[in-house]
Amino acid sequence: MTAQPSSVPEQRESLWRLAFAPALWLLHFFLCYLTAAIWCAKAGSGASLGGVRFAIWGYTAAAVAAIVAIGWNGFRRHAYGHSLAPHDEDTPEDRHRFLGLATVLLAGLSAVATSYTAMVSVFFESCR
Amino acid sequence: MTQRSPRASIEDPEPYRGPIDPALRRAQEERLLRVWENPRGLRYWSAVNNTEVGRWYTSTAFLFFLFGGVLALLMRIQLAIPDNDFLSADQYNQVFTLHGSVMMFLFAVPILEAVSILLLPQMLGARDLPFPRLSAYGYWCFLIGGVFVCGSIFFDAAPRGGWFMYPPLTTKVQTDVGADIWLLGLSFIEVASIAAAVELIVGVLKCRPPGMRINLIPLYSWYILVVAAMILFAFPPLIAGDLLMELERLLDWPFFDPARGGDPLLWQHLFWIFGHPEVYIVFLPSIALVAMILPTFARRPMVGYTWVVLAAVGTGFLSFGLWVHHMFTTGLPGISLGFFSAASQAVAIPTGIQIFCFLATLRAGRVVRSVPMLYVFGGLATFVVGGLTGVMVALAPFDFQAHDSYFVVSHLHYVLIGGTVFPLVAGLYYFYPMVRGKLLRERPGRIAFWLLFVGFNLTFFPMHWTGLLGMQRRIFTFPAGLGWDRLNLISSVGAFVLAAGFVVLLVELLRPRGRDPWAPRNPWGAGTLEWLGENPERPWGVRSVPEIDSRYPLWDQPDFMREVDEGRFYLPDAEEGERETLVTSAIDAEPLQCLRLPGNTFLTLWAAIATGGAFIFATFEWWWPTLLSTVAAFAFIVAWLWTGTSTIPEKPTKQVGLGLTLPLYASGPASVGWWAMLITMLGDLTAFVSLVFGYFFYWTIHAEFPPAGTTGPGVLWPVIGGALLLGAWALTILARRCNRLESGFAFQLSLVAAGVLAVAGAAALVAAPRLTGLDPTRHVYAAIVWILVVWTAVHAGAGVAMHLYCMARRAAGRLTSRFDIDIANVALYWHFVAFTAFVTVAVIAGFPLVT
Repeated sequence: MTAQPSSVPEQRESLWRLAFAPALWLLHFFLCYLTAAIWCAKAGSGASLGGVRFAIWGYTAAAVAAIVAIGWNGFRRHAYGHSLAPHDEDTPEDRHRFLGLATVLLAGLSAVATSYTAMVSVFFESCR
Repeated sequence: MTQRSPRASIEDPEPYRGPIDPALRRAQEERLLRVWENPRGLRYWSAVNNTEVGRWYTSTAFLFFLFGGVLALLMRIQLAIPDNDFLSADQYNQVFTLHGSVMMFLFAVPILEAVSILLLPQMLGARDLPFPRLSAYGYWCFLIGGVFVCGSIFFDAAPRGGWFMYPPLTTKVQTDVGADIWLLGLSFIEVASIAAAVELIVGVLKCRPPGMRINLIPLYSWYILVVAAMILFAFPPLIAGDLLMELERLLDWPFFDPARGGDPLLWQHLFWIFGHPEVYIVFLPSIALVAMILPTFARRPMVGYTWVVLAAVGTGFLSFGLWVHHMFTTGLPGISLGFFSAASQAVAIPTGIQIFCFLATLRAGRVVRSVPMLYVFGGLATFVVGGLTGVMVALAPFDFQAHDSYFVVSHLHYVLIGGTVFPLVAGLYYFYPMVRGKLLRERPGRIAFWLLFVGFNLTFFPMHWTGLLGMQRRIFTFPAGLGWDRLNLISSVGAFVLAAGFVVLLVELLRPRGRDPWAPRNPWGAGTLEWLGENPERPWGVRSVPEIDSRYPLWDQPDFMREVDEGRFYLPDAEEGERETLVTSAIDAEPLQCLRLPGNTFLTLWAAIATGGAFIFATFEWWWPTLLSTVAAFAFIVAWLWTGTSTIPEKPTKQVGLGLTLPLYASGPASVGWWAMLITMLGDLTAFVSLVFGYFFYWTIHAEFPPAGTTGPGVLWPVIGGALLLGAWALTILARRCNRLESGFAFQLSLVAAGVLAVAGAAALVAAPRLTGLDPTRHVYAAIVWILVVWTAVHAGAGVAMHLYCMARRAAGRLTSRFDIDIANVALYWHFVAFTAFVTVAVIAGFPLVT
């Protein structure tokens, strides 16, 4: 693959893409919290968590899969061309690889943080 | 200085390298000077450019910091010995409440806005930020609100409920004016913060110099972008909470009263959804200063630029999943605590990454000893201690023990003073020559550092023990013999050592320096654009807006400074006598527009005084002056918009240099104003979502919600109201289209119709709870329905004012088919009104059907 500056035009980049993976973490976090909070508010403080834990594992599988997909896409953008780190050249290729790398790193952090959230549901069995 | 060879990108335009006519250069400089010069005498206070506003803002924030510091000393005198009577319990309550509120709302957040307004345009080689008058308005609001809140203590009327103002203490017990001063005074300042956030986001994304692609922007701008976005989503929940609490205090709507279905925990949620991101809003900009200072003294580029970006963005997101760790002892289910505990652990990952990047930069570079670096090291060491105790209190079982004790006081001061104050003093020493043209002396800087560092640790380290020994926060005195005596005395002595450090700094700052020589240009040998400034300062910011190929252009681009000075880049002249800067694209900084900036004016000051009046008179329930002030504020703001925004240029395009011709006018998504509207409305939407959150929060805590026997607000009236508002929205879009098609009559007609539908829609929405007998003082259900309805109606009302404004602009020839910023922005506003109306109707009419 050769790197032609014109092959990665600005119009095909987006800063929003950086935010996708951490936004998924946030969405997953709120879903877990709200599901558990609403369940416990309605079922009472001593109640079993019941299906909530399965729901959380479901959310987690979906969120992690999406985050991995975003990370993979970022990695492919980062792997594009031959420019070397630290991607501080004034070229479209370096900009492209920089945004790809930042996406990968944020996806990594989001995946770890999402699994932290999910781990909570392993240890709690009731609303106490 | 740099290890790399000079380079330039192939496709960038090269500046003209031949000889330059000295007469032309002089004439250009004279024209620039005339345009950018500061007014003299009393008119000086009409200045709006970022250097002046930034200086006032920074100095004012530091004055509030000193005021908060004096309050802290009063507390430490009171707590120095057991059973002390230096302050009464009531005075002590006022002092600690004001100390926390001043430090957070009048120092920590404003100082970031102040420093950014001062530095950011310089770092981006821009002449100014895109909305200079908005910055000035924000500053004056901040000053007026701050003086009002601080002044209350001299009348024994200061708020007494702690900086987080928990109800029912602040709604049932403290019914005097103190809490109102807090709620209204600080809401006013929160509005100023959101204004600054809009300014900074648009500044970072759209006002960069050509060639400064997103992978080349100074790390400071990454942090500021993240922080400004955080402000946008963190402050509105607090504004919503303030609104609910003020309504409870003023009109007895029972949002936090359990006897009538309310719940004080909702306040805690709304406060901490703001309050925890706030910690990072305060901390990240200071770390951003470190990210600028460190490479200069390590004499090399930052190691792991992308990793630092990851840390900034990652921390920004994770900080929104931490708020419940302030509420670990409120009896929430264990699993909820677990989620927030997990997120609190996770946020240590990005924070750690950036610290390791800093350490790696130091290790890889050749560190030059300097006063700013001393403060950076002191700050990092202190912050790491605070971070570690933070991980301790993020563990719920440990927090159950330490909650509301001096351990927490110690933890938060380690974080805030280590993470914020030390880096700020480093920044003060580092940037002083850029801002004032003179260097601060080394010796007093070192003496002050050691006094601050020793004093700080002497004050706060013992508090870990005082806390673990059981001393609670906020008690005004304590009996002897509990084991707290000596520790408290040490803390008090330390506080005065700390204060002595600030006195040394203050003396060095304030001493006359007329005989000091001007600092050399770029005295520290830095690589970033803010060091292009000359000493003594020239008012134009940057002589010509450069073309950038590197993260550190002053290190990497040969002859860069000379070429900028000789006006070889963009906008070297002000031929038309207008203030101008470049607008570039968000990713690659391709030049898009030459933006005309509005000049100095007193209108922003008058508008701020009138806005302040509206808030301050409302505090004392003086309704006529409140109404008059509101009308005056509205009039001044309209005058400011009318004279200073979306002005039609005398020609469509302009040659900006280097053979480039750019348009002078852009509307819709291509204009900075459209983005400002979008960003503001995202903040506004967040406040609305917080109110909707309130509705569902009440649903979760009640077995039956709406409560049994309630008939309102029904379906009919809300649906009619919603439909009419959607009609008003559609007609606004139609008006925009008619304007494009040059059909003036159809434009005016659609706007008249839109206005009529909007008023009718708002009335129908308000009729819904009114006609179905929902009394907002009887039960929280009625109150939350009412607040959603009123919120939507007020937005529709503001939308009608905008319709009228556009009609007048069109009639006056200031809005045409091609020059249509106003109607494009108003249409954008109406998208949000339509969404708000839709959600309101779906919630108040639809949700009861589902349950």
